[in-house]
Amino acid sequence: MARKIPLIPTLFLLPSLLFLGIFIYFPLVQNVYNSFFDFSVFSPTKEFVGFASFQQLLQDEVIVAAFINNVKYAVISVLFQVFFALVLATILEDKVFRRIAPALRVIYFMPVMISISVIALLFTFVYNPQMGLLNSFLELIGLENLATPWLGNATTAIYAVIAMSQWQSIGFITMLFIVAIQKIPKELYEAADIDGAGKVRKFFNITIPQVKETMFVNVLITVTGSILVFNEPFILTGGGPGFSSTTLSVLMYEQGFGKDNMGYASAIATLIFVLSAIFALIQIRVSGTGKDD
Amino acid sequence: MIRMVKTDVKGDYLERDRAASKPRTKAKLNLTAGISKYTVLLGLLAFAVIILYPLFWMVISSLKSYDEIYNNVWGLPSVWHFENYATAWSMGISSYFFNSVVVTLATIALVVLIGSMAAFTLSRYRSKWIDAALIFIIGGIMMNPQVALIPLFEILTWLDLINTRWALILTYVAFRLPLTIILIRAFFLSIPKELEESAIIDGCSEFGIYARIYLPLSIPIILTTVVLTAFFAWNEFLFATVFIDSEILKTIPSGLMNFKDALRTDWGVLLSGMVIASIPMVILLVILQKFLVRGLSEGSVKG
Repeated sequence: MARKIPLIPTLFLLPSLLFLGIFIYFPLVQNVYNSFFDFSVFSPTKEFVGFASFQQLLQDEVIVAAFINNVKYAVISVLFQVFFALVLATILEDKVFRRIAPALRVIYFMPVMISISVIALLFTFVYNPQMGLLNSFLELIGLENLATPWLGNATTAIYAVIAMSQWQSIGFITMLFIVAIQKIPKELYEAADIDGAGKVRKFFNITIPQVKETMFVNVLITVTGSILVFNEPFILTGGGPGFSSTTLSVLMYEQGFGKDNMGYASAIATLIFVLSAIFALIQIRVSGTGKDD
Repeated sequence: MIRMVKTDVKGDYLERDRAASKPRTKAKLNLTAGISKYTVLLGLLAFAVIILYPLFWMVISSLKSYDEIYNNVWGLPSVWHFENYATAWSMGISSYFFNSVVVTLATIALVVLIGSMAAFTLSRYRSKWIDAALIFIIGGIMMNPQVALIPLFEILTWLDLINTRWALILTYVAFRLPLTIILIRAFFLSIPKELEESAIIDGCSEFGIYARIYLPLSIPIILTTVVLTAFFAWNEFLFATVFIDSEILKTIPSGLMNFKDALRTDWGVLLSGMVIASIPMVILLVILQKFLVRGLSEGSVKG
């Protein structure tokens, strides 16, 4: 048994524990509880329905469509952000580009600094069918037959939303990789130089093994972000046309605050929590959060 | 290279070196390296244009009339409509801006204060209760706003806080605390014990050790926390949309959506509002870039 902790430090902990208890843990429990009831936002009573919401969830085709969109989000984001960002970070850290790299780093990072609501509004202009930057550009290079109302077309809407996310997030992941690459001991590369290894070989034999942990964490961040994604589709398309670009979080919001099916929305939120908690747990394990070293 | 040869006893490096450079002549090597270097550079610059151009377009178009935005997508404005900014400001951006500033500052103040207090205790004491508290706090990272949305709406309704700035401040603080405590605690653990031991001999109280030794020493990590928290509070969209209905209390992210609906075709004014909304964060992050990168890489949590 450790020595008794004085009063002041104990009091120091209280506000944090209260905040987490009231606004994080209680809502978590409350949300699971709500999943078993049927209620609307201002109704004083909740009607117990057991697992009905979860049964509905498993048979709901829209949920499946939304989940597939989340998966598309995750796959494309991992491929593009994690792999492309790693290549980009490696190139930026190469001695050859030492003069220009700092400026490029700032440019690539710019969209990260700007609020998603601003970015999403900006992309309504990029994707605008008549005067949008994308269609105007396609016209400029003679590919006007590729032009389409990107957000109004059920096949392209989700990809337009995903593309915007890549545009915004690439700089963030690149920055994380740059930090990791800068931590690699220089001797490794020097030794490889002596062995006459080319850039490509150094990338595969030194850089990748050395940043493996960062890579893994970045995959987790990206996948977790893709499971939770809400702002981008909500602002850009509202999940439409139809349900073609909806995601689990957007559905949860629509069911809860749009249709006032609070119980069903809670069940969707529970599903989102289970999916994201799996990856969050792995992340806590991998990055050793809270360890004393 | 020369040095390597000198220290080289077995001739290993020499042979490997020869083997490596045998197939190619020097001239050919330089040429291909040169070509690929410029191809890559071109790619980097093209990518920079893709990233930067939409932002540049936003600023340029914010100074255009509607007709010109619509009919002359690429060109510079024929008349520079600086009054778009004044219009945006007076049409509502000023109040969104003020609300965002209030909510962001209050969130930062509370997160730093409450978070550093908890980190202080968690870094200086060990017991099973402290361990349990730490796990409780780290576990908070797994929670996300989407899952808490409906219960929080209920709680805030009970507390009669819907449609007040507190609805955002309290929930933002709760969601920022876990990561903040982890970051500050890690820093506190690195503070040498000798400092406080001599302070205790001089009769310094627990509170004194926290306020006079720990806080002043941890300015860098506190700045990191400030940047990350500001970034989150300034940009948060979901809570800001759901918990605040009243036009006069909206923060920038949710306010801009109203702004868009109100303006319909007055695009220049909308774009001006978007630029105004972006400026403070860009300035803050440019000034405190070092702290941001550090926080992002240590916290590894997407904002």
